[in-house]
Amino acid sequence: MMNTFQFDTTSLLVALPEIFLLSSIVVILLLDLFLTKGFKQVTYYLTQASLLMTGILSYSLIGQPETLIFGDSFVLDDMASVFKVFMMGSAMVAMVYSRHYLTQHDLFRGEYFVLVLLSILGMMVMVSGYSLLTLYLGLEILSLSLYTLIAIARKRSGAIEAALKYFVLGAIASGLLLYGMSMIYGISGSLNISEISAFASDANLASRETLIINFGLVFLVIGIAFKLGAVPFHMWVPDVYQGSPTSVTMFISTIPKIAAVAMLVRLLVDGLGSMHAYWSDLFMILALLSIALGSVVALMQTNIKRMLAYSTISHVGFVMLGFVTGVITGYGAATFYILVYVLMSLAAFGVIILLNKKGFEAEEISDYKGLSKSSPWFALMMLVVMLSMAGVPPFIGFYSKFFILQQVISAGFVTVAIIAVIFAVISAYYYLQIIKSMYFNDAEQELTIAAPMDMKLVLSINATLILVVGLFPDFWMKLALSLF
Amino acid sequence: MELLSLLIWLPILGGGLVILVGNERADTARWLSVAISVLVFVMSLSLYTSFDSTTHLMQFVEKASWISQFNINYHIGVDGISMPLIILTTFSTILVIIAGWEVITRRTAHYMAAFLMMEGLIIGVFSSLDAILFYAFWEASLIPMLLIIGIWGGDNRVYAAIKFFLYTFLGSVMLLVSLIYMYTKGGSFSILDMHNLSLTAAEQAWIFWAFFVAFAVKVPMFPVHTWLPDAHVQAPTGGSVILAAIMLKMGGYGFFRFSLPITPDASLQFADVVIALSLIAIVYIGFVALVQRDMKKLIAYSSISHMGFVTLGVFALFFILKMGADGNIVSINGGSVEGALLGLEGAMVQMISHGFISAAMFLVVGVLYDRLHSREISTYGGVINSMPKFTGFAVLFAMANAGLPGTSGFVGEFMVILSALQANIWYAVLAATTLIVGAAYTLWMVKRVFWGSITNPAVETLNDINGREFFVLTILALAVLIMGLYPQPVIEVMHSSIDHLLNQALTSKL
Repeated sequence: MMNTFQFDTTSLLVALPEIFLLSSIVVILLLDLFLTKGFKQVTYYLTQASLLMTGILSYSLIGQPETLIFGDSFVLDDMASVFKVFMMGSAMVAMVYSRHYLTQHDLFRGEYFVLVLLSILGMMVMVSGYSLLTLYLGLEILSLSLYTLIAIARKRSGAIEAALKYFVLGAIASGLLLYGMSMIYGISGSLNISEISAFASDANLASRETLIINFGLVFLVIGIAFKLGAVPFHMWVPDVYQGSPTSVTMFISTIPKIAAVAMLVRLLVDGLGSMHAYWSDLFMILALLSIALGSVVALMQTNIKRMLAYSTISHVGFVMLGFVTGVITGYGAATFYILVYVLMSLAAFGVIILLNKKGFEAEEISDYKGLSKSSPWFALMMLVVMLSMAGVPPFIGFYSKFFILQQVISAGFVTVAIIAVIFAVISAYYYLQIIKSMYFNDAEQELTIAAPMDMKLVLSINATLILVVGLFPDFWMKLALSLF
Repeated sequence: MELLSLLIWLPILGGGLVILVGNERADTARWLSVAISVLVFVMSLSLYTSFDSTTHLMQFVEKASWISQFNINYHIGVDGISMPLIILTTFSTILVIIAGWEVITRRTAHYMAAFLMMEGLIIGVFSSLDAILFYAFWEASLIPMLLIIGIWGGDNRVYAAIKFFLYTFLGSVMLLVSLIYMYTKGGSFSILDMHNLSLTAAEQAWIFWAFFVAFAVKVPMFPVHTWLPDAHVQAPTGGSVILAAIMLKMGGYGFFRFSLPITPDASLQFADVVIALSLIAIVYIGFVALVQRDMKKLIAYSSISHMGFVTLGVFALFFILKMGADGNIVSINGGSVEGALLGLEGAMVQMISHGFISAAMFLVVGVLYDRLHSREISTYGGVINSMPKFTGFAVLFAMANAGLPGTSGFVGEFMVILSALQANIWYAVLAATTLIVGAAYTLWMVKRVFWGSITNPAVETLNDINGREFFVLTILALAVLIMGLYPQPVIEVMHSSIDHLLNQALTSKL
């Protein structure tokens, strides 16, 4: 069943954000070549401007009826648009934080911003991808840009190691994903998500066909789990987090997770939703292992980036639990969780970057000793972030966990919910370690903050949102639910 | 905003204001804090004056949609059970702020703000009628306490603060799971709806134990009490006062508001376990208190022992009354409705009285600690020689702690013992031993600290209490005596609610 490819210029409007971003990337890349050293900031501002514009374009597409273009391989729906708006917003915040880090550590180069924009383009393609090929294409644009981003700090010890590790393991994951896709394509005869869905939900499916779909499904799940960093495919996460420059770590730990969730939704919910009974079992195991390992291993970390890496793993476990439920509200809960996670993670890395100075990276938990004295406001921000990550109300992290737990319990998995909350308590211990360092210990070294005003302001807003959205979570919960 | 909302949010926002004043302007921060806390206290009194004690229905109710996705509402209101505890909270907060006046010199504004915010959050706990709102306040109140212990605490404060937090956090997540479970069954997070939700015996048993873990840790009951001595010893005086006077009551309140009405059959089924644990707390922990060398630890253990009366009083009713087949309440072994009411009301009175007495005892230790920076009993001896006025107060509070008639300590314990007598003579006998053991550890401490000759030369140079300390202790002394001599007004306001609760507890949901 081959779609006839009809090119219609009006269909381009549907992909306008992507087209705009791609054009900006080209312009910025070329322009950067001609900028002399004193004008490098122009690249930064152009990056921010193009992110903002892309965000506005994506926002203007919210509420459009679901449209498929380019031979049904690219979809525009509310999920895609809302995710894109969130990604642009997060990326703008991340760029504000990154600039401070880059200037402090002599990494401020035009390529950095171009690579970030390229990876975002890849994520946008992932979010809107509606055929196996587009999804894979988006994933590769994202991944290759990220590998290079890490390696950009080639003088940093561990950066090359992290980049290589990420590259090799990421390539294997892509390979597995591609293998799974080929199975699905082979049996269904189509790359298109809706056709795959129609094929898989056919009641008269021969057992041989089911078997092959399941076979491919396993590989798809592995590929996705790898990108999300779920146990047992998490090995790369701590090393990459620690080895990468902090601004890149922040980037990797936040926005690509949204794209990975989007890919998950496209492949498993939209495409193979009828096979839910098969993949939800896999997800259950992955989720519980992630929550358990993420919570326990993080206890032993002294490096805050490694700790946050394990914390991410456990958060990803919660997200996957939302998909286990197999109901729309459960997917909504997972979406809500990942967006909340991005907000919290940005703020956490924001504080880490805030304390960065030339020749000093606040990477050890003990570096935070006495922060509440030297800088009570930002210590308070970190306190909010940490408690929120631990799931303490009234911060937003509580409601995301609550939403997931509510869905898990109403799906009948009470035991799973109990296991999850017990590990949540265990994980509270290491979040408390940061609070302990900041509030209960006295400073061993002078902590001064060299960050510019814009970063302080954005970080304050970022952390305050964790509280404010926590007090009024209704709108965001509804928004997340409306995407399915 | 109506009255109850103001009581919750005024201290929280006021706390924010105090932080803005900053540690540099400590005096402004102090005066502002005391002004806010007095204002809140005065406002809370009108809860009492305009309270209708003839009904068990919720009063001062406010309801607004909060998280419509799950039908979670900002739903608050008070009845005869929560109203006295709210006033206890507003009362204690004033004392704590005055007690920390010149003692806390490090980060004064933050200290005051933490107590104000905690006040608001705890009032929120006592007035929430929505389970998730309750849970949010319940958990959020841990945060200021964590910081109070961790920042202004003693040498081993980090350990104590984290232990406190994790212990109570672990307890309450089970509460969350069971609340969500009930929502999936009944489709509502309203606590009052949960009271009417029908649950099978197995469900009730699970939910009962989930509640039990959450509330028993807070009370704290044996054997999950081990965080309390650490937290108390390490916390600054104000932290200990709030912890003992109010935070422990959150656990007791939980039994009243959640366990009995929501899981009546499981409460009946496991009442013997709870009573056994309460009696262990009363007797065994009493003996543990006897051997303490650290005054704060002694009072902490004494707190656990006294809180045992609360849980005993709550669960004794199941051995006094039962619901007959015809829907009428019938007695077991000749017990009476009055006996069961005595137990529940005694538990409430005990909570309030313990709020006064434990606050007073910790303040007494605080006064000594501020002067000699030691909590060891052996450091002192003959304090009466240098601090006669102070000793007068200390002895009064010690007597109250030992349950001397005429003080508030006697009323609650006596009511609970009378009730226990109707349940089972042995419960009463064991519980009554506290009158001996309690007297023993308290008076022995008094003897070693206040009487006798001075062995430590530093004691000789002690200054007697100043006006501020005198004021705080006088207020508490009055509270202890008034409550001891004329507890009737307090019992009256709670009577209808307790009566209703008794019916709920005896009505099977099966």
